Amino acid sequence: MFLTSQFKTSLRKNLQLSKLLPQLLLIILFCYIIYFFTKNTQINLAARNLNFGFDFLNTNSGFDVQFSLIQYDGSSSYFRSYLVGLLNTLLVSFFGIIFATILGFIVGISRLSPNWIVNKLSLIYVELFRNLPLLLQIFFWYFVVIRSLPSTEKSMVILDFLIINLQGFYIPKFIFSNFIYIFYGLFLALLATIAVKYYATKVFYESGKIIPVFKIFLLLIIVLPIIFSFIGDVSLLVEYPKLVKNFGIFNYVGGVKLVPEFLALLFSLSLYTSAFIAENVRAGILAISKGQKEASKSLGFNNPQTLKLIVIPQALRVIIPPTTNQYLNLTKNSSLAAAIGYPDLAGVFAGTALSQTGKAIEIIFMVMMTYLTMSLIISSILNWYNKKIAIVER
Amino acid sequence: MNISDIKHWLKKNLFSNWYYSLISLFIFYLLLITLPPFLDWALIKATFIGNSKTDCQPGGACWVFIKVWFEKLIYGFYPEKEIWRVNLAFLILISTVTLAFFVKSKFKIYILFFLIFIFPLIGFTLINGGFGLERVETRVWGGLTLTFILTFFGIIVAFPLGVLLALGRRSELPIFRFFSILFIEFWRGIPLLTVIFAAAIMFPIFLPANSNVDKLLRVAIGISIFEATYVAEVVRGGLQSLPKGQYEAAKSLGMGYWKMNFLIILPQAIKTVIPGITNTFIALFKDTPLIILVGLLEILGMINLAKSNSYWLGLATEGYVFVAIIFFVFSFSLSKYTQSLEKKYNTEKH
Repeated sequence: MFLTSQFKTSLRKNLQLSKLLPQLLLIILFCYIIYFFTKNTQINLAARNLNFGFDFLNTNSGFDVQFSLIQYDGSSSYFRSYLVGLLNTLLVSFFGIIFATILGFIVGISRLSPNWIVNKLSLIYVELFRNLPLLLQIFFWYFVVIRSLPSTEKSMVILDFLIINLQGFYIPKFIFSNFIYIFYGLFLALLATIAVKYYATKVFYESGKIIPVFKIFLLLIIVLPIIFSFIGDVSLLVEYPKLVKNFGIFNYVGGVKLVPEFLALLFSLSLYTSAFIAENVRAGILAISKGQKEASKSLGFNNPQTLKLIVIPQALRVIIPPTTNQYLNLTKNSSLAAAIGYPDLAGVFAGTALSQTGKAIEIIFMVMMTYLTMSLIISSILNWYNKKIAIVER
Repeated sequence: MNISDIKHWLKKNLFSNWYYSLISLFIFYLLLITLPPFLDWALIKATFIGNSKTDCQPGGACWVFIKVWFEKLIYGFYPEKEIWRVNLAFLILISTVTLAFFVKSKFKIYILFFLIFIFPLIGFTLINGGFGLERVETRVWGGLTLTFILTFFGIIVAFPLGVLLALGRRSELPIFRFFSILFIEFWRGIPLLTVIFAAAIMFPIFLPANSNVDKLLRVAIGISIFEATYVAEVVRGGLQSLPKGQYEAAKSLGMGYWKMNFLIILPQAIKTVIPGITNTFIALFKDTPLIILVGLLEILGMINLAKSNSYWLGLATEGYVFVAIIFFVFSFSLSKYTQSLEKKYNTEKH
């Protein structure tokens, strides 16, 4: 009864002409814009003898890409080139996020160091990398730093593991047989950790005893995969890159080759984003008042406990939301790959595939939707996390 | 300052314990092996005088490259005899902005009005032509001029649009709220590069066949809308930070929606988020080089063009260092200025 009357008032409120009219006008305007664009598109496409549709995705692309995680050549379809681009975007974003986080935390903590030179150097680092355009940094890495690397014959060889030359970086390839058993081990370790965590919480509430869940987790995640690899007879073959002379030209064969485009993009994205993450980390640590640490000490916590139970959880609450935004930015910024020819989503699909097919609307729509989906997934995870860690006030 | 002071400072700041000492020494070593060669290259062995690459000494930077290309880097391919028009436009801009620092705050609003409504018309007429001035097509615009034009255009379009979007997102009217949220989330979810691609390649298909909207204009609008959604989110933060009492007080004085927002709410909300808005504009300034990908050459694009000129090969480093200095000076000083503003407003609050 109460609900319906409230509903009626709100309905009446919303039905006032002064409120209804502008909203109606907005809808009409929106519909008109859609109609206007659609009509023009039809006329323009007809004039150019093109038609709208996604059939082209199944046809042969006829171009090759120089760096791909999946099998790809000229006879593959355009849809496969989309997948190649998507995987390359995810690859560079994934490693970029890892490196940016590590660097960002190191620099952010250094910004608060009492050591003068560490402090000032990290300040210069932050100001330098975040005040220069990312594209300039990408060009600098690609056209200056990597171009100044030695040629193949004079490659820098670091401990046989990393070979650096103009062609890119070469690292050994790890070839596992029966690799799936390691996954079984990891999966079991995760399950066991959840069980231990559950048990530890129960014990903690009953007797107050603390079971070191994290240490057990570390032990499990290392030991179980090893045990499983013995059970499943997992063997590891390391393929080192070898210098081969072919028709008078030296070349490295085997191993994993990281192309210069990938490296330039990875370095510049990591450094650029790490400068922003460093500032987040600094702000997060500064946000915790001294009183928190003192209170924790007076409750009898020791130093590591204070750090683990009081400082880090509160600092993370401040650090994580803006840092997730930076991850999002990094993923979107990886589209600048198109400028140096790294075959990511923007480079290979919105670049090469678009110029070959002329399917501008379809391709740009697909690329935008892909990035949008990635953004929405990441930001919904962030929202969920924010809700979970939000301070519950009385 | 005497010796013991220095000793004390060193002990406190660099060598307070053994591992800090170790780190300090390690960093000094790193600086020692990197800085002198760099300075040697950039200044001591560098060549400043000359007219061609052959004048340059090997082993040092060839700043002759920048000197010879300087005009192109600043003005792009703008016709040489018309360059005074660009200079005049920027002179007016700089002098008005400088003036704003010296006049009383009462007059600042007029200066702002001039910059937002009148200056764009003057600047556009001067640079583009018309009213007796020879027309200069946008495809010859370039260099640092283009960077500034885009940034300025972006600011004056993105700011009001962003404020409107922020108001829309917090509107009581569900349709306005829905469209604002949809619009903001869409644009914030996609990379700027796809926006630029869409504006340059896809958008002409949406327009009537006979309409000929300039590519630069399309790209500039695309960038502005993109940045506007970021401004909107910043302004929304400011709106949310205002206590409800401000709205209620304005309403109890009998103010309508627009009067309430423009006289009471927005001035307070925007004041608190000035740093955030400036950061968005710094980001806009740093993002302008992306237009290279659709063939518009601002300063970084001009460097790329110059370094691949067959007479000037191998001078990429000099070019990028020059562009880096320009971008750094502008965005660093702007962000420092913003920080000082932030401090100023903080002390006012108490």
